[in-house]
Amino acid sequence: MSHDTLKRPAARTGPPARRRITLRPGAWLTWAVLAFFFVNLVGVIATVLLNSFGRRWFDSWLPDGWTSSWYKAAWKEFNLGPVLWTTVEVTFLVVALSLALAVPASYALARRNFPGKKILTMLFVLPILVPPIAYGIPLATVLYKFHLAGTVTGVVLANLVPSVPFVIFTMTPFIEQIDPKIEAAARMCGAGTWTVLSRILSPLLLPGMLAAGILVMVRTFGMFELTFLTSGPSSQTLTVDLFSAVNSAGIRATQSIDAMAVIYTASMTVLLLVALRFVNPTQLVARSSD
Amino acid sequence: MTSPVSTTATPLTGGTAKTALRHRLAERGLDRTLLLVLPGALAVILLFCYPFLYGLQLSFQPAKGGFLSSYVQFFAEPFSRKSVWATFSLAIPAAVINVGASVPIAYRMRREFRGKRLLLALLVVPITLGTVLTAEGILEFYGPAGWFNRTLHLLGPASSPVKLTMNYTGVLLSLIISGFPFAYLLTHSYLSGIHPSLEKAASTLGAGWWQRFRYVTFPLLLPGLMTTFCLTFVMAFAVFPSAMMVGDPNGSTHVVSIEAYQAALERFDYSQGCADAMIMTGLMLAVIGSVTALRSRLYRGSTGGKG
Repeated sequence: MSHDTLKRPAARTGPPARRRITLRPGAWLTWAVLAFFFVNLVGVIATVLLNSFGRRWFDSWLPDGWTSSWYKAAWKEFNLGPVLWTTVEVTFLVVALSLALAVPASYALARRNFPGKKILTMLFVLPILVPPIAYGIPLATVLYKFHLAGTVTGVVLANLVPSVPFVIFTMTPFIEQIDPKIEAAARMCGAGTWTVLSRILSPLLLPGMLAAGILVMVRTFGMFELTFLTSGPSSQTLTVDLFSAVNSAGIRATQSIDAMAVIYTASMTVLLLVALRFVNPTQLVARSSD
Repeated sequence: MTSPVSTTATPLTGGTAKTALRHRLAERGLDRTLLLVLPGALAVILLFCYPFLYGLQLSFQPAKGGFLSSYVQFFAEPFSRKSVWATFSLAIPAAVINVGASVPIAYRMRREFRGKRLLLALLVVPITLGTVLTAEGILEFYGPAGWFNRTLHLLGPASSPVKLTMNYTGVLLSLIISGFPFAYLLTHSYLSGIHPSLEKAASTLGAGWWQRFRYVTFPLLLPGLMTTFCLTFVMAFAVFPSAMMVGDPNGSTHVVSIEAYQAALERFDYSQGCADAMIMTGLMLAVIGSVTALRSRLYRGSTGGKG
């Protein structure tokens, strides 16, 4: 049925032609706004990119000359090797831990109706609704109390707060669409809980876990506030390091900050392109069925 | 839906009281599967609820003064009180612009056309930029010697450079660049959940495009738009890094999050910092609560779409 509506019937060539004329001003305005947005976006990205390769750029359309030395400078000055390693370490730990904690929970939430389910759902919604800065400050205070602030452990713990609910809300609709009869059939054939988990459920859950994991990875890689509030000099990730570099401007050349920002964006783009191969961004929000 | 455990259970006449209780609980959905919720719930309780309550009680224990003095301090001092106004005057326009602009674009993107996937991919790009690149780009592109002012100068309307950075406009620009793609993706998925046949039916009855939008699509889309508004609002409400980098953190863009951060981690007044965080949460929940209350009065039926 949906195929019929997608195909444009050939018999209706008359009316669409007239309709297009009436739509024109609105359509033109929309595309113009979008084009203006893109022009500005391209400008914003291009200036940073050009500046990071430019020798000197003051009052002209383009920099005076070209050089790639800012990248070398940024790599050395900002100690990028260890910082990148910390970023990878934190991201990996957050993805692994949040999957381990959240997938079982989302299985139970998808399969069972129990008293108190609404309260539990509310508990998982709150960390997504409350802005990171607002719970980050009390969390940082608690982490300071337990001497965890400034360590990689502290940063990982802080990043788990939005990630666990995020995985739960991505995975629950995914699990709901797996027919419970498959599990029942396996059990009827004599499979124990462990066999059901390892041979029946995990292959079916793998695509969803992959999608959720990649999304958490992208989020954690770009998460600024929580890491900023809870990290110390040895546990900074790339975003936080970049921000401190900007705020201590005057010591750093803007070109080398720009070079680092380009490195950050390039790695983020690669991550997101990988993610887009597995997840359709426009279908992230399933419409609630109630 | 019956759980697999309760269906396999046959009530034996000689069953012990313990198993009987277990079966009765299982019928209400309480069985061992529920234990799976525990790790996740514990993590959220330990890392979110406990710090939050700890911060709440800390906010009532200021270094000096009565138990409410951190809150009194926030509203008594004009500098911190104005941060509430600064936050709202940034977050509401940003959310309205992002949601408002995403509707007509998502409306156009419903039909199939050449280059649609490319356009979608381009719209996702700003998500990867990160706040620092956006901030640096805004500073350089909209700055006094940047391309934007140069173009304006070339075209003639502005003789002296327009000041767009290190003030309110700069932060608003960064909120639009980072928030619009997000708002767009949400609106797009809500809009694609409305089946085109509904509009076709209206069209058959003689409705023009404006009537179709006004009386069919828009009412169905409105609940989704309100959710999108809430989420974009939360993102803009918590604006922190860009308010520092492209704004005027000690003036017009001194938002609540900066106030809270400065109290907690620059002045090490944890009580004040936690109080600011609580005020921030309270304000945000109030906005979300009122939008949700409005939303519950709207039509919540089938949209004829998928899912």
